[in-house]
Amino acid sequence: MSGNKHHIGYGTYVIVWIALLAFTAITVTIAGVSLGRYTLFIALLIAAIKSALVINIFMHIKFDEPIFKIFLALSGTTILIIFVLTFVDILYR
Amino acid sequence: MDNSSGVLPVEQVKKSFYQESTNKYTGIGAWLLTKDHKRIGLMYMYAIISFFVVGAIIGLLMRLELLSPGGKLFSAQTYNSLFTLHGVIMIFLFIIPGIPAIFGNFFLPIQIGARDVAFPRLNLLSWYVYITGAILALTSLFLPGGPIDTGWTFYIPYSVRSGTNVSLALFAAFVLGFSSILTGINFVTTVHRLRGKGMTFFKMPLFVWATYATAWIQIIATPVIAITILLVIIERAFGVGIFDPALGGDPILFQHLFWIYSHPAVYIMILPAMGVVSEIIPTFSRRTIFGYKQIAYSSLAIAFIGYLVWGHHMFSSGQSDLSNMIFSLLTFLVALPSGVKIFNWVATMYKGSIDPQPPFLWVMSFIVLFSIGGLTGLVLGSLATDIHLTDTYFVVAHFHYVMFGGTGTIFIAAMHYWFPKMFGKMYNIKCANVAVVLYFIGFNMLYFPKFIMGYMGMPRRYYNYLPMYTPYQRISTYGSWILVGTIFFIIGYFVYAYYRGKKATSNPWGGVTLEWHIQSPPIMENFETLPVITHDPYDFSQLKEMKNE
Repeated sequence: MSGNKHHIGYGTYVIVWIALLAFTAITVTIAGVSLGRYTLFIALLIAAIKSALVINIFMHIKFDEPIFKIFLALSGTTILIIFVLTFVDILYR
Repeated sequence: MDNSSGVLPVEQVKKSFYQESTNKYTGIGAWLLTKDHKRIGLMYMYAIISFFVVGAIIGLLMRLELLSPGGKLFSAQTYNSLFTLHGVIMIFLFIIPGIPAIFGNFFLPIQIGARDVAFPRLNLLSWYVYITGAILALTSLFLPGGPIDTGWTFYIPYSVRSGTNVSLALFAAFVLGFSSILTGINFVTTVHRLRGKGMTFFKMPLFVWATYATAWIQIIATPVIAITILLVIIERAFGVGIFDPALGGDPILFQHLFWIYSHPAVYIMILPAMGVVSEIIPTFSRRTIFGYKQIAYSSLAIAFIGYLVWGHHMFSSGQSDLSNMIFSLLTFLVALPSGVKIFNWVATMYKGSIDPQPPFLWVMSFIVLFSIGGLTGLVLGSLATDIHLTDTYFVVAHFHYVMFGGTGTIFIAAMHYWFPKMFGKMYNIKCANVAVVLYFIGFNMLYFPKFIMGYMGMPRRYYNYLPMYTPYQRISTYGSWILVGTIFFIIGYFVYAYYRGKKATSNPWGGVTLEWHIQSPPIMENFETLPVITHDPYDFSQLKEMKNE
């Protein structure tokens, strides 16, 4: 797989790891702050950023063949649409 | 197609895959540890048909209970368990895996000119995972607590509060989902990586296209139900308030999550069946399929739009009015690609040289039954009429016309189409012709009165009814006897053909897709040398070359 050809240094992994820890800390912290109807949105945003980091760097998708990126974009878009449609119910119920 | 390679002249019949093992074992070991996609497909077939028979017998018992009002045969609780089991068995053990796991496994690699699927070991694992899920589901019937009584939809809050073995049955569905995902991954990879030389995407048979679109739904949608199931189990075990309103949860969220999977699952059930139809109609019309690309794209469109319509199961559940309107609109959109398929099939037959053999007759029966199912779906997709018909027999009738009249009928059509290829034997054509007529009569007697009863207000899932429904319930029960009798008749002539049937030729129907170029039953790894594809999939000018071989 072409992903194996690309060598990522330990430095990058450590930075990403620290970023993930930081985002986790933020999630825990803002759980105690009342943000009204934005609470869920912010929690989901942080989760999305964390997933993007893991998928791109740890799972090497960033350096892989385009076909895998297309597959992933397709799945990601489907999940996004599912979230939007579910929120149409929750926000307007 | 280069027929000098990959094809065996009739006189040079080689050992079939039945006579060779992929491992060092013979007998049962050669089957249970096989990596051959054809053997795995057949192992799925024996398991799935067994569960189908069990599900059908439970359905028969339910109809027997409803022969006359008064609830004489079973108690209400037993009836609740019966309809739940009927649903769980038919949905999770028969109709979801049915066509992809049996015919997809057997024919997808052959139709794209491959020797096997991309991951043969994973393929075998998926069968074991399926069997494990089935055993767990069966175990839940006999443990203390009793068989599950929630209905196959497991709706909250009852599924959290019911004292029956809900957690184990849910876990069984969780395990079965993994089998489905593994099959999906295998088929997507196989189609992308193992197509034969010259087999471009637009030279693939439409059954492959349909199975490919289905595989994507299996991969993307199944994890949603897996997580939902785990959440219900956690809620039951630890009292965490996720769905149960008494614990601060949201019961409508459960319905969202359940249908986010289960609606696309409806397309997991029907898309492969549509693929089979696209194979059978050109073969028996001796004419290339009308609108090949449109049919291929409509499979993808159905797979995609199928994700966006789940809310139409929830019009009366208390979801927002805006959602109701959006989901109703999106639901009508699915009718477009479905219509594209139906019209293209009919256009394929136009001016064709039609040979009404049994597989073709089953497909004709499908077109009528599925159209009734599809059109009554529009009645349910409209907000105003749905309020009147929700949770009545109308929904039950619609669902059975689509799933049984659609996928179930095509499952039987596929058996008739590919039986000679799979087993190298031919069944009795006259028996098959009688069966399709009996099936059509029995089916409509069983399910059509349910539309009328539903319209009159008969609620679903009741073990008893008002005397005003008696004549309709009677006709329905008589229909169930004809239908189940016909199913046993079909199994009977297939079993007879397996042991005593005449030897089938390699191409009894005059098909041109790759499976008809090889001997019946196929050899191990399908092809002597891998074929080179030069023709379009439904180019019947090949037939002459094939006869000269």
